[in-house]
Amino acid sequence: MIHVIRAGTLTSVQDLGRSGLRHLGICQSGALDTLAMGVANRLVGNPSDAAGIEITIGPTVLRFTRNARIAITGADFAATLDEVPVHAWWSLPVLAGQQLTLRAPRHGMRAYVAVAGGIDVIPMQGSRSTDLQAGFGGLGGRALRDGDRLPVSGALQSRDLALGPDTAGFGVKSPALCEFGHIPVAPGAALAGANDTVIRVLPGPEYASFSPAAQAALWASPWRITPNSNRMGYRLAGPSLERPDTQDLLSHAVLPGTIQVPPNGQPIVLMGDAQTAGGYPKIGAVISADLWRLAQARLNASLRFVPVELKHARQALVEIGQYLQQVDLALQMRRERLGNRR
Amino acid sequence: MTFFSKQVDAIDTPTQPVVLTQPTLLPLGDNALVCTFAPPATLATQARVWSVARLARAWPHVTEVVPGMNNLTLVFDPLLADADGLSALLTSAWLSADENDASGNIVEIPVHYGGADGPDLELVARHTGLTPEQVIARHTAADYVVFFLGFQPGFAYLGGLDPSLATPRRAEPRLAVPIGSVGIGGEQTGIYPAESPGGWQLLGRTPLKLFDPARTAPSLLAPGDRVRFTVAGVKT
Repeated sequence: MIHVIRAGTLTSVQDLGRSGLRHLGICQSGALDTLAMGVANRLVGNPSDAAGIEITIGPTVLRFTRNARIAITGADFAATLDEVPVHAWWSLPVLAGQQLTLRAPRHGMRAYVAVAGGIDVIPMQGSRSTDLQAGFGGLGGRALRDGDRLPVSGALQSRDLALGPDTAGFGVKSPALCEFGHIPVAPGAALAGANDTVIRVLPGPEYASFSPAAQAALWASPWRITPNSNRMGYRLAGPSLERPDTQDLLSHAVLPGTIQVPPNGQPIVLMGDAQTAGGYPKIGAVISADLWRLAQARLNASLRFVPVELKHARQALVEIGQYLQQVDLALQMRRERLGNRR
Repeated sequence: MTFFSKQVDAIDTPTQPVVLTQPTLLPLGDNALVCTFAPPATLATQARVWSVARLARAWPHVTEVVPGMNNLTLVFDPLLADADGLSALLTSAWLSADENDASGNIVEIPVHYGGADGPDLELVARHTGLTPEQVIARHTAADYVVFFLGFQPGFAYLGGLDPSLATPRRAEPRLAVPIGSVGIGGEQTGIYPAESPGGWQLLGRTPLKLFDPARTAPSLLAPGDRVRFTVAGVKT
């Protein structure tokens, strides 16, 4: 059991989300930074579909009622376990009664806490993720509150010695520090500022219907993430993107990563909780491999969109797969060092 | 003659020659393909969309099959499938698709029109050059068909809106539209099954629960169902 002493700004139970249900209007939900969630599960020996806790901004305090193995990934929240600092991207044992505090992110937006066995809420529509908009899944279909108690599955707990409750903590390199974070910038593209988050984008189905000035501005302008942003989408502020053809489109599917432009000309990038259908023209789509990076961009931060080709989008996904293989390899080496070859 | 009854007549006349044009296929990001069929949006075209969607669910590495209004989007694993291969499958499926009529339930939806429940009723009346009473009369006179679900769990896109009621979406979407709100977006009408952001013009509100994840059938409406709005109350 995990006792939520302090929930913080927006903390919820999430796994990798729902799939195959968009035709019923049921959205993906799930961890926005799926890469961090995936590594957190690996670091405690969980299957990839186990549920963990997504912490947005914080401050969040969790107390463990039993000995457990946990991992913390995602943004570095200057976490402490009973006042002892804990690194991000770290797997560690916790004792019954110990308290984990995630104060606030130094960089980034969201942290993930996985516990060996996974958060044991009842799956709904094939996932334990919280659908915050429709109000189902997770714990009561809502964000966590102070005083909540989260059940942890005992059945699935890893018997892996390398990840047991008595084995010392260890960490892995975060993806932000890895070579695959390198973004190729096209010649002549505007240089991103030091604090800008650079996001790779493929032109969308309606890209050509925007004015040449709007097409240029999409790539040349910084886009501020306004405070009216949430897990459904980031509303961006920048130059107005004009589209001479103002006729409404018939409703069509939209996806996490879709960049749509309502008539006010200010784009919205859709995120994991995005609705399944929309009517606004789609000027672009964030590549799958950069959705985790977008999930860690903060309110009022600037985004820069960089155009890439499909082959770059695929290569970026391959690089993420290679990073996860490195994590798996590190875990395997650790098992072998501890004489646990299971 | 309403949009809806005209299309039913067309479907009931099998001798009528059918000319099929190739759909427009465009990628959406690295993992989706948008297939748009030639206008106008008709019930016959939508029946074909349902038919192709059923086939596409069985295609390898396709993770989502999402019908829209006169369009269909496939989501796939970007490392195992590609838009070119799926385009060929889609095109041939479209040409051989059945125009099978779905004879669904008739569902009556009571609506409280105007006032706080329908804050855009006056705006729609002004835009259409009608009185609020005429807007309500035309909205409740039509039979609607559920073309597809989307936007939110249980949200049905309805065909059959009287064209004289068409009103563009709001320039800036509302941050919170109340649960059960009934609205118009462009040439479509629908009901919000949960509180959410939204850009449609709101005519009224229904007390019915459109979506309940604990129900065996979580959605009140299914594709092919017929919907009739009835007047539960009016405030102008």
